[in-house]
Amino acid sequence: MNNTEITDRLTGIFREVFDDPKLELHDAMTASDIAGWDSVAMINIIVGVEERFQIRLRTREVDGLKTVGDLIALIAEKTA
Amino acid sequence: MHAPNLFWLPSLGEDLAREQWNERFAQVADKQSDWEGLMALANHDLDFVRTMRLDRLLARKFPEPPSGLAVKPVRLAVLGSSTLDHLTASIRVAALRRGIWATVHVGEYGSYLQDLSEANDALETFAPTAFLLVLDSHHIVGYLPRDADQATAERALSEVAEGLLPRCWQAVKERYGCPILQTSFLPVLPQLMGSTERLLPSSPAGFIQKLNATLPALCATYGAIPVDLAGAASQAGVAAWYDPSLWFRAKQEVAPRAAPAFGELVGRSLAGMTGRTSKCLVLDLDNTLWGGVIGDDGLSGIELGQGSAVEEAYLAIQDYALRLSKRGVILAVCSKNDEANAREPFRDHPEMLLREKDIACFVANWNDKAENIRTIAESLKIGLDSLVFADDNPFERARVREALPMVNVPELPGEPALIPETLAAAGYFDLTTLSAEDFARSGQCQANLHRQVLQESATDLDSYLANLDMKLAYGPFNAANLQRITQLVNKSNQFNLTTRRYAQEELAAIMQDDASAGIWFRLTDRFGDNGLIAVVIVRDLPDTALEIDTWLMSCRVLGRGVEEATLEVIVAEAQKRGKTSLRGVYRPSAKNNMVADLYDRLGFSLAEQKDNGEKIYTLPLETWHKKSVHIEYLKET
Repeated sequence: MNNTEITDRLTGIFREVFDDPKLELHDAMTASDIAGWDSVAMINIIVGVEERFQIRLRTREVDGLKTVGDLIALIAEKTA
Repeated sequence: MHAPNLFWLPSLGEDLAREQWNERFAQVADKQSDWEGLMALANHDLDFVRTMRLDRLLARKFPEPPSGLAVKPVRLAVLGSSTLDHLTASIRVAALRRGIWATVHVGEYGSYLQDLSEANDALETFAPTAFLLVLDSHHIVGYLPRDADQATAERALSEVAEGLLPRCWQAVKERYGCPILQTSFLPVLPQLMGSTERLLPSSPAGFIQKLNATLPALCATYGAIPVDLAGAASQAGVAAWYDPSLWFRAKQEVAPRAAPAFGELVGRSLAGMTGRTSKCLVLDLDNTLWGGVIGDDGLSGIELGQGSAVEEAYLAIQDYALRLSKRGVILAVCSKNDEANAREPFRDHPEMLLREKDIACFVANWNDKAENIRTIAESLKIGLDSLVFADDNPFERARVREALPMVNVPELPGEPALIPETLAAAGYFDLTTLSAEDFARSGQCQANLHRQVLQESATDLDSYLANLDMKLAYGPFNAANLQRITQLVNKSNQFNLTTRRYAQEELAAIMQDDASAGIWFRLTDRFGDNGLIAVVIVRDLPDTALEIDTWLMSCRVLGRGVEEATLEVIVAEAQKRGKTSLRGVYRPSAKNNMVADLYDRLGFSLAEQKDNGEKIYTLPLETWHKKSVHIEYLKET
């Protein structure tokens, strides 16, 4: 799966999690850029990513995420 | 490890299904208050993200229960020893799925004992109507010392089973006067010696196993309601429910991905407590209770009994239905069939487990199934929402879901062997307690309903058909489908106007013969391809008429306008040949009574009736009027 496909699918998840049909992702985005991105939303995102991409993320991997770009790179690595 | 999904509910795996769900979601979000719309959204196989999303919409639209809701709202206090906040959305959505409005209060992390043993302002303000106690296995195993011997282990077990649990349950009853739900314990602890684990007194896994084994009886003694979390987890596997890394990260014993399944389990108990458990299983017949089509294949042709894998699988479905009936679930039949054909296996098939006496309400006719199901509910005097409709045909399932959204319609798998498991997993008939009345119920309802001619609610069926996206492809017989045509010509009994059987060579000869034509028809709709569903053979007569020598159709597609569409194709064929009228023949057989008046219905006039019952009809083309049907034509050459 290439980064565009990953970003598209991830955008779908973010739009559902934040109930915002217009939300767009960019690599440098962090939790402080989206209103309501708290720990509950984070669980929601991680579970969504695991289910929709059929991958498992490790504790350390999740802890190491800083930006949306990091998450996309992690998904790319896991789905390669 | 895959999430334990709700596989008996319509899946959102396909793009189209997801788009439709999202569209419906947007519609419900736009409306002021659409409780039924929310219920319909909840009745899908939702994953965690969609469950959370639907729950947020539910909270926005219904912060208070909808007015006039027949079921009492549920105010559920959830107490436990680990993180539970991620489970509440799924509980509310599972309640919604059953038409129950629920609100959930979660106690402070890990403080269930304090919450229950002393006055608690938050709980008292919340005013719960029910409690759910969820204790995680790591916590419970804390009662078992690492070096426990037999006596210590037994003491630890009774400390939990005779001390901790009953103390909590009694506190709930005394302080709040509420029913209490108690989950069983997830077997998440690693074994120390494998198959002989239970022999080791200090084994945490063995401790949990023993505790789970005593829980049902314990609950019965103290009046608690068991919620068998461990049993449910054993279906998809504990690894699908429990993720050790999440346990350490967030102290979630039930992983968020399993939350929808957890909510569903609790929802069933809430349904049982509020009288929302289903009471009646409505069964389709052909390809649901037996393989094949009784009207076409006959008593000896249907697949049922001991002998082949498929036959045994259908027998197992009947066995499951019969066992349900023995514990109080009412059985009904809703089948598109001539009634005499439908009843024949119940009377005369040696392998049938289900007999007429087991069926409280037997409806077999050619009407819309949604209307028939309404009749069944009325005649049994139970609500439509207490019916479960089991049918192998996706067209019928979608029709009933749309016309009667309160009826439970599980997605039956194409494999008959999986049907009992699917019905069991759906848990429609799960009870929280077993009363004498449950056993008596099926006996009371054996007043058989006789066949009724029903008023079809033409309008809403029409709009359903309009949205079916039906496409009728047709064309002259060709080598590629000749074999399938031969099969149909020699097998179809019910919708078959002349029951003339032809060998493959005779049908091939029609392809070469200018004075006759063979036309096949194939129907697709939004559920997929129904396959080759009709065959027509016409022959030039010496005069100006075209005779319909053969017209047969699969009963699966009856009542969708295909008959009218087929006639239109026949009319076009006659016009192409310069004919001015059609001649239709009905030759009665033991099985084709359902089309005895087809030509009358289509506007033909009776020209001649012979002594043997054969009827000759005529239709001058100038008197024929095109009927509007919701079918697109695809002509192939």
